[in-house]
Amino acid sequence: MKRALPILAVLVVLLAAIAFVNPFFLEPAGFLAFAKRAAPLVILAAGQYFVIVSGEFDLSVGSLVTAEVVIAARLIDGEEPATWPVIALLIVIGLLVGLVNGVVTTKLRVPSFIVTLGMLLVLSGAVFLWSGGAPRGALSEGFRAFGRGGLGPVPWSVLILLAVGAAAIWLMRADFGKTLMVAGDNERAAALSGVRVHRVKIFAFMLSGLAAAVTAILLGGFAGVSAQVGQGLEFSAITAVVLGGVVLGGGRGSVLAAMAGAFTLEALFTLLNLYGISGALEFTVQGVIIIVAVAAGAVRLPWKFTPRKGDAHAAS
Amino acid sequence: MNGIPVAARLREPTQVVFLALLGLIALGWVLVALDGGQFLTMESVVGIQQRSAALGIVAVGQTLAILAGSLDLSVAYLISLTSLVAAEIMAGQDGNIVPAVAAVLALSALVGLVNGLVITRLRVHAFIATLGVALIIRGILDHLYDGPAGKVPESFQVLGYSRIGPVPVSALLWAGVAVVAWFLLSRTRLGYRIYAVGGNEEVARLSGIRTGRIVVLTHVLCSVCAGVAGLLLASRLGAGAPTVGTDGGYDLESIAAVVLGGTALAGGKGGVAGTVGGVLLLAVLDTIFNQLEVNSFVKDVVRGVVIVIAVAVYARRTKGRSA
Amino acid sequence: MLSMRGIGKSFLGVRVLSGIDLDVTAGEVHAVVGENGAGKSTLMKIICGVHAPDEGTIEIDGRPTSFGHPLDAQRSGIAIIYQEFNLLPERTVAENVFLGREPVRRGLVDRTAMEQATERLLDELGEGSFGPREAVKRLSVAQQQVVEIVKALSVNARLVVMDEPSAALAEHEVELLYRLIGRLRERGVAVLYISHRLREVFDLADRVTVLKDGSRVTTHPIGEVTSDELIRLMVGRDLGTYFPPRSSGVGETRLSLRGAGNHKLRGIDLELRSGEIVGVAGLQGSGRSELAKAIFGAEPFTEGEMTPSRPRSVREGVALGIGLVTEDRKAEGLALHQSVRDNALLVARAVGGKDRDGVHDLLERVRLSPPRQDQEVGYLSGGNQQKVVLARWMTMAPRVLLFDEPTRGVDVGAKAAIHDLMRELANDGMAIMMISSELPELIGMSDRIVVLRDGRIAGTLPAGPSEEAIMRLAAAEVVS
Repeated sequence: MKRALPILAVLVVLLAAIAFVNPFFLEPAGFLAFAKRAAPLVILAAGQYFVIVSGEFDLSVGSLVTAEVVIAARLIDGEEPATWPVIALLIVIGLLVGLVNGVVTTKLRVPSFIVTLGMLLVLSGAVFLWSGGAPRGALSEGFRAFGRGGLGPVPWSVLILLAVGAAAIWLMRADFGKTLMVAGDNERAAALSGVRVHRVKIFAFMLSGLAAAVTAILLGGFAGVSAQVGQGLEFSAITAVVLGGVVLGGGRGSVLAAMAGAFTLEALFTLLNLYGISGALEFTVQGVIIIVAVAAGAVRLPWKFTPRKGDAHAAS
Repeated sequence: MNGIPVAARLREPTQVVFLALLGLIALGWVLVALDGGQFLTMESVVGIQQRSAALGIVAVGQTLAILAGSLDLSVAYLISLTSLVAAEIMAGQDGNIVPAVAAVLALSALVGLVNGLVITRLRVHAFIATLGVALIIRGILDHLYDGPAGKVPESFQVLGYSRIGPVPVSALLWAGVAVVAWFLLSRTRLGYRIYAVGGNEEVARLSGIRTGRIVVLTHVLCSVCAGVAGLLLASRLGAGAPTVGTDGGYDLESIAAVVLGGTALAGGKGGVAGTVGGVLLLAVLDTIFNQLEVNSFVKDVVRGVVIVIAVAVYARRTKGRSA
Repeated sequence: MLSMRGIGKSFLGVRVLSGIDLDVTAGEVHAVVGENGAGKSTLMKIICGVHAPDEGTIEIDGRPTSFGHPLDAQRSGIAIIYQEFNLLPERTVAENVFLGREPVRRGLVDRTAMEQATERLLDELGEGSFGPREAVKRLSVAQQQVVEIVKALSVNARLVVMDEPSAALAEHEVELLYRLIGRLRERGVAVLYISHRLREVFDLADRVTVLKDGSRVTTHPIGEVTSDELIRLMVGRDLGTYFPPRSSGVGETRLSLRGAGNHKLRGIDLELRSGEIVGVAGLQGSGRSELAKAIFGAEPFTEGEMTPSRPRSVREGVALGIGLVTEDRKAEGLALHQSVRDNALLVARAVGGKDRDGVHDLLERVRLSPPRQDQEVGYLSGGNQQKVVLARWMTMAPRVLLFDEPTRGVDVGAKAAIHDLMRELANDGMAIMMISSELPELIGMSDRIVVLRDGRIAGTLPAGPSEEAIMRLAAAEVVS
C-alpha cells in the first residue's frame, strides 16, 4: 500500500482535474463509465505486472488480444450457444500462450523480450493465416454483454475488474507472490532456498496470458471485432505498470500500483479528450507525460535511494 | 590468428549465423528446385539486397544502441517522419536534395540526442524512454499527415532503384553504413567504449569513461541510421509516407535482426557482422517464401520461430562454454 | 606522497567518516584495518575519487587536490583494485588493461602498442600463463587479479589501493599476490592494503592504521603492535573470547556419505553427527563449495551413497532437513530489495512450511539488531545480513546445516555472534559443517577438520590441529 501512494496521488489529481471540467464524472454513472473504459487495460496491466516483477517482459499480449478476438468472432459466428465454449477456449489459449512463453524463457534461457517478440510475430501471422487475412464472423450478444452490459447500473467489466484486482492482490500476498518477487530480485538466491523459479515464472507468464484473454473478452464486446483491437496494447500495459513505479528488471513494485498506473493512463486519455487536444496530438502528450512521470519517479525520494553495488557500506 | 582455436571461434554466434545463412541458402536452393524454379537468380539476389537494405541500415544503428546496453523503439516512427521531411523539402526539385538530406540527418541526430539524454540524464529505462519518444513522433505524424506527401525528384530515386552491375545502390549504401559501423566498433576508442559501457557500466565508469556520453552518442548514431533508412525509403516510394516505418515493423524487426546476429540483448557482446548475417538470413527466408509463393502470414510465423530458436541456440552454447 | 587531513563524509545525514588523517609515503605498504562499517570502504572511495569528501583536504606531493571523478584520481597516479574485479569478461586482457585510455595512432586505436605494453608488464610481474589477447572470461580469479594489477601499473600508478585483495584467492594464490606487492614496493609504488586478515597485514605492511566507527584510532609501524593489540584497537575486546567452547558431546549420525562423487568430487566418505561442527578446509578449487552444494542437492552427487538419501535437487535437500548458508550472500543468499521478513521466510514459503509467526523470535535469537522485520535487507550490515540468512534456515529447524564461509565480509563483533550461534545450534543437536578459508576460524570452531584436495578427502584432523598440519594436507602436491 505504501509503495502505491505516489501513483495513487497522481491518479487522484487527474481524476479531480477531469471532474473539474466534467462534473458528470463525479456521479456514479459517469465514474462507472470511466471504470468500464479502463477495465481492459487495468486487467492487462495486472497480468503484465506479474511478468515484469519476475524480471521479464511480455510483448505478446497485444497480438494475443487481437488473436483471441479474431478467433472468438470466427468460431462464434453469431451463434449464441457457442458463447461459453468459446470463452473457455479463449482462456485455455491465453494460458497456453503464457505457458509457451514461460517454458521457452526459463527452460531454453532465451531472453523473454525475444521470446515474446517471436510469439507476437507467430500469433499475428498464424491468426491471419487461419482467418484468411481479415477478421470474419461475428460475436454473439452473450459474448458482447461482458464488454457492454452490466448488472443493474454496474457494468460487468467493472465487476470483472474488481474480481481480477482482488485476486491479483491476494496472489501477491500469498506465497506465490512473495516467492515470485524474490525470484525477480535474485533468481539464484531464490533457487538456493528451494523456490521453484522456473515454475513461478511460467505461472507469471500464464497469468499474463490469462489477463490477455479476459481483456480480449471485454474488448471484443466493447470495441468490436477488428484486426487492430489489440494493437500496441503490450506497450500500453508495460507503460502502465512502469507508471505505477514498478521497476523493469524485477523485484520491486506493487500490483496495486501497477493497476493504478493503468487507471492513470486511462484518466490521462480522458483528460486529453476533455481538454480538446486532438486525437492525433494525444500520442505526443502521452509520450511526454510518460517520460516525465517515469523520470520523476526515478529522481524522487532521494532519502530512500536504491543501494547499488558497493553502496551497502555507505548506507550502513 | 589471435591464438583462439578454430573450433572455439566457430562457436561464436557470428560464425553460427553465417553458417546458418549458408545452410538456409542451400535449403532454399533445394526447395525451389523441387518446386521447379531457380533459386538465386540475378533477379532474386537483387531482390534480397533491395529488401535487406532499409532494414539492414536500421539494424546496424540498432546494433550500436544494443551493444551499449540500450535499445531504440522509436526508429520506426522516425523513419516515417524522415521520409516525409525528405520528400517535402525536396518537393521534386533536384536542387533541394542536399538541404533535404542535411535536414533529415540533423533531425534524426536531434531525436537520437533526445533519446540519449532522456535515458542518461532523466534516468528513464531505454524501453520506456524510446517508447515515449516514439509516441511523441507518432502524434506529430498523425497531426500533420493523412497520407503520402512531398515528392522525390527522379535523380534521387537512383538511390532506391539503380544498380551498378548486379549490386543495387541501396545495397552499397547499406554496406557502406555497415563498414563504417564495423570500423567504428573495432578500431576507434568510441567503439571500445561502447563495448565497455554495454558490458558493465560500473566498470566503464570507474575506468574514467563518461558513460552517459557514450550512450547518447550511440543513440544519435542509431537515429541517424534510421534517418538514412528514411531517405532510402522515400527515394523508393517517390514520396514520404507516414506509415512506411511502422508498416515495415522496423522497430522490433531491427532488434530481432540484431539478436539473430548473436549480439546480446543485454549489451557488450556481439557486433555488426552478425547483424548483417541476421538481416540477410531474414531476407533469404523472405525470398524463399516468395519464390515458393507461400502465404505471407506463414513468413511471420516462421520468422518468429527462427528468431527464438536462434537465440536459444546461442544461450545453449554460452552455457556449454562456461560450464 | 598522499596526505589526507581531517577528512569527513556523511551519507544522507549519517556520519560515516570524521576527522581522518592519513599519510602514505612512496614505496610503503600501508595497511588499513577496522570492522565492517568502520569506514574503510568509504575512505578508499574518497581516495579514488568515487565520493567527494564533505570536509578536509587531500594533498598529493604537497599539492592540494580534489577529485570530481575516478579519472582525476587516476591522473594523479592513484589506482584501485576492488574486491569485486572491474573487468569486462568479453574483452581481451589488453583491452581491459587500457580501458578508457586506449592508445591512439592517427585517430585509430593502436592495438599493437596496447598489446605490447601489456605483454611487457605481464613479463615484469613474471606472469607467463596468459597473454594480452586472451579473453578475460577464460582466466582464473587469480589471473584476473594479475590483470587488475597490470592495469594499475599501466597508468604508472604511484599509489595502488587494494580492497580485500586476498578475499577471492586460495592460499597458494595469495603467495602470488605477496610477490606482486613485493614488486610494486621495489618500483617505489605505495600500496594501501585493506584486509580483514591480520596475518597478511603483519606479513606485508610497513605501517598499519586502525579505523573504528568512522574515526582513525591510531597509526603504528607494524613492528610496534601485536595482533592482539590490533584486535583490541578495532573492537575493544580480547582475543581470548573469540571462539565459544567446544562441544560437550556428539550424538547420532545425521548424514553419511560413502564413495560419493560428481564432476568435481570423488570418493567422499563423510559423516555429519548431531552436536558436532565439522570444519572443511582446502584450497580454492579443491571442491569445498562443491561438497556443500552436492550434499544440499544444488549440484547433486551422481555416484556413491548418501544416507538417509541422495538429494537430486535443492528441494529434495530441504526436504531431508538440510540447509545451506552460501558463500556469496549478495549473489546467492539475499534478495536485497525485499524486507528482512520476506527474506527470512523465503524457505518456509518455498516449501510450504506453515509456521510464519515464529520468525520474530528467530530474528531475536540470531541477535539481529535492531530486529526490524520491515527493513530492506540491502540496508543492513554484512553481519546482520548473514543473521537473516541464518534465521531463514532456522525456520525449517534443519537437521543438518552447511555453512560456506559463514563470516566472510562480516565485522569482528558479528563474527563472534555468528560463531556463538553456530555452537548453540550444534549443542541443540544440529549437525553442522563449516567451510572456511580462514584457518584460525576453522581451528577455533571445529570439532573435527576434513581437508579436501582435488575433489577428494586428503585427510581428517581432530580438534585443534596446527595451521601447518592443515596446510600440509591441503597442498601436498605443491610441496612435493
